[in-house]
Amino acid sequence: MTAQLEIRHVSKVFGGVQAVNRVTFDVNQGELVSVIGPNGAGKTTVLNMISGFHHPDLGSIVFEGTDITGRAPSRIATLGVGRTFQNIALFRGMTVLDNLMLGRHVHMKTGVLAGMLYAGRTRREEVEHRRVVEDVIDFLEIEPLRKRVVGALPFGLQKRVELGRALAAHPKILLLDEPMGGMNVEEKEDMARFVLDVNDEWGTTVVLVEHDMGVVMDISQRVVVMDLGETIAEGTPVDVKANPLVIKAYLGGKTGAKTWAGRRGTGDRIDASTARRA
Amino acid sequence: MIYREAGQFKTTYAADQAIFPIAQDRVVVALAIAAAFLVPPLAGSEYWLQAVLIPLLIYSLAAIGLNLLTGYAGQLSLGTGGFMAVGAYAAFKITTAFPQVNIIVVFLVSGLFAAGVGLLFGIPSLRIKGFYLAVATLAAQFFLVWLFNKVAWFSNYASSGTITAPPRTVFGVMVTGPEATAPARYVVALTLVVLFALAAKNLVRGRIGRSWMAIRDRDIAAEIIGVRPLRTKLLAFGISSFYCGVAGAELVFLYLGSAETLAFDITISFLILFMVIIGGLGSILGSFLGAAFIVLVPIFLTNAPHALGLSVPVALQKQVELMIFGGLILFFLIVEPHGLARLWQIAKEKLRLWPFPH
Repeated sequence: MTAQLEIRHVSKVFGGVQAVNRVTFDVNQGELVSVIGPNGAGKTTVLNMISGFHHPDLGSIVFEGTDITGRAPSRIATLGVGRTFQNIALFRGMTVLDNLMLGRHVHMKTGVLAGMLYAGRTRREEVEHRRVVEDVIDFLEIEPLRKRVVGALPFGLQKRVELGRALAAHPKILLLDEPMGGMNVEEKEDMARFVLDVNDEWGTTVVLVEHDMGVVMDISQRVVVMDLGETIAEGTPVDVKANPLVIKAYLGGKTGAKTWAGRRGTGDRIDASTARRA
Repeated sequence: MIYREAGQFKTTYAADQAIFPIAQDRVVVALAIAAAFLVPPLAGSEYWLQAVLIPLLIYSLAAIGLNLLTGYAGQLSLGTGGFMAVGAYAAFKITTAFPQVNIIVVFLVSGLFAAGVGLLFGIPSLRIKGFYLAVATLAAQFFLVWLFNKVAWFSNYASSGTITAPPRTVFGVMVTGPEATAPARYVVALTLVVLFALAAKNLVRGRIGRSWMAIRDRDIAAEIIGVRPLRTKLLAFGISSFYCGVAGAELVFLYLGSAETLAFDITISFLILFMVIIGGLGSILGSFLGAAFIVLVPIFLTNAPHALGLSVPVALQKQVELMIFGGLILFFLIVEPHGLARLWQIAKEKLRLWPFPH
């Protein structure tokens, strides 16, 4: 069986900095894969390349047999790639409902004239998509927030709404960039439950970038470890935890500590610059 | 107490997505539209119709157009006057070339011409944003006015360069030209603005309006959910220019009677922009309120000294009028940057509870 998402030798250079260097991994249909690594490892850059915000300098990305390397983000979204951001990119002035309805955008067809008349098919289409959105609202347990303006919601709930917007599109694959960043324990548990449920019940493939090792090791089926733009390990959570390279990357080690520390500084800068870009 | 929604349960999504979900609103709006159709033509004086209500309706239409572009899609434009000129000159050319075509159809087709020109000048919006885009649209304003001034073909080689609305009828009633009565012109302008306001409202509460707001609020997030930026922005430019073009045609045919390019200079672009800002960005109702404010306040200021029994020299009065007008605009922007539409919304919120404090 070929993988749903194939990432082949992708590289990306920002200025003189090698942010991602010949990264290769596959994601299979229905899997929950985590990408982990220290700050500046290039995790977000990889996600940005999958969703089309950055175009790889080298290598290719194939989604369900279609080469999506270098395509525009909106095109990639149409193919069924959903995404959330590390620092929340919601439409702050709009209600939760409108944000989620926008998630359905790729599935809606109303043209200008039909939209002006708002009759017959347009009206039915709105109701039909509203129903899908209401299912997502039920699923994420945000019923009371339906008509609230997103900008006024607390951080944890905004993250949930952003997940909802991605889910509303019924994506085939969901890219989550630190969905639990900045949350307290209860919120993390809720979010982990939602991610697991999406993966289990909806069968949606999930690629998770996350710093909370507890969560990652608990819920992932497979873990890809990156450091300094390269994949250094890949396997089940248990395997990865025992891998000496991974331990070295996280805790530092005697061998090669000097060169690693030397390169480390540039790595942090990459992270800062890519984070801004994202 | 009267303005209560208690007991009005919505049992379908369609009911929840209606333009006016509250029954009282529906009644008030229906009454207001009926009154607008009946009262002024029967009871209004020639002065009120010609000098106040007709321009008010036409400016409202242009303001709705600009509001779609600037308020909903977030693309700042100073080219409104230029796009209105396209509508006016297109209408003039079409109706003089094909006199038998119904004038309403002529207005709509002129709107399409304006939409085409708007699309063309909207192309830079993919690359530039905010004030820089405003400057790019300013180019449209100056270029178009220059073009209509320079090329005599547009005014059918009239030596004065003016275009004059020829007499045309709708259902046997004269609506343009020197013999058209003010009530007839008023009813045509009102019908068009009501229909187009409804169309605009429908548009912004559906798929297209949401994609515009997405681009306005966060363009990166809009792309990630599959909204295509260029297409969406160009659509906003096209539809906005269509509205402005129809308004421009109406301005000459239903209000001024005859006009030169001077009627469409940069002043009108700013005027419409002020209407949108004062009325409320991203609000169809706000477009009407803003247009009413800009049209009515100067008239009020002109008449206020007389009413108070003060005799002010005319020159001084004009100056004071401008100062008060400018001051009011500043005051509104500071106190309520979201415009009159927001004030209206706050008033409704209060009315829901009145007379109780909580």
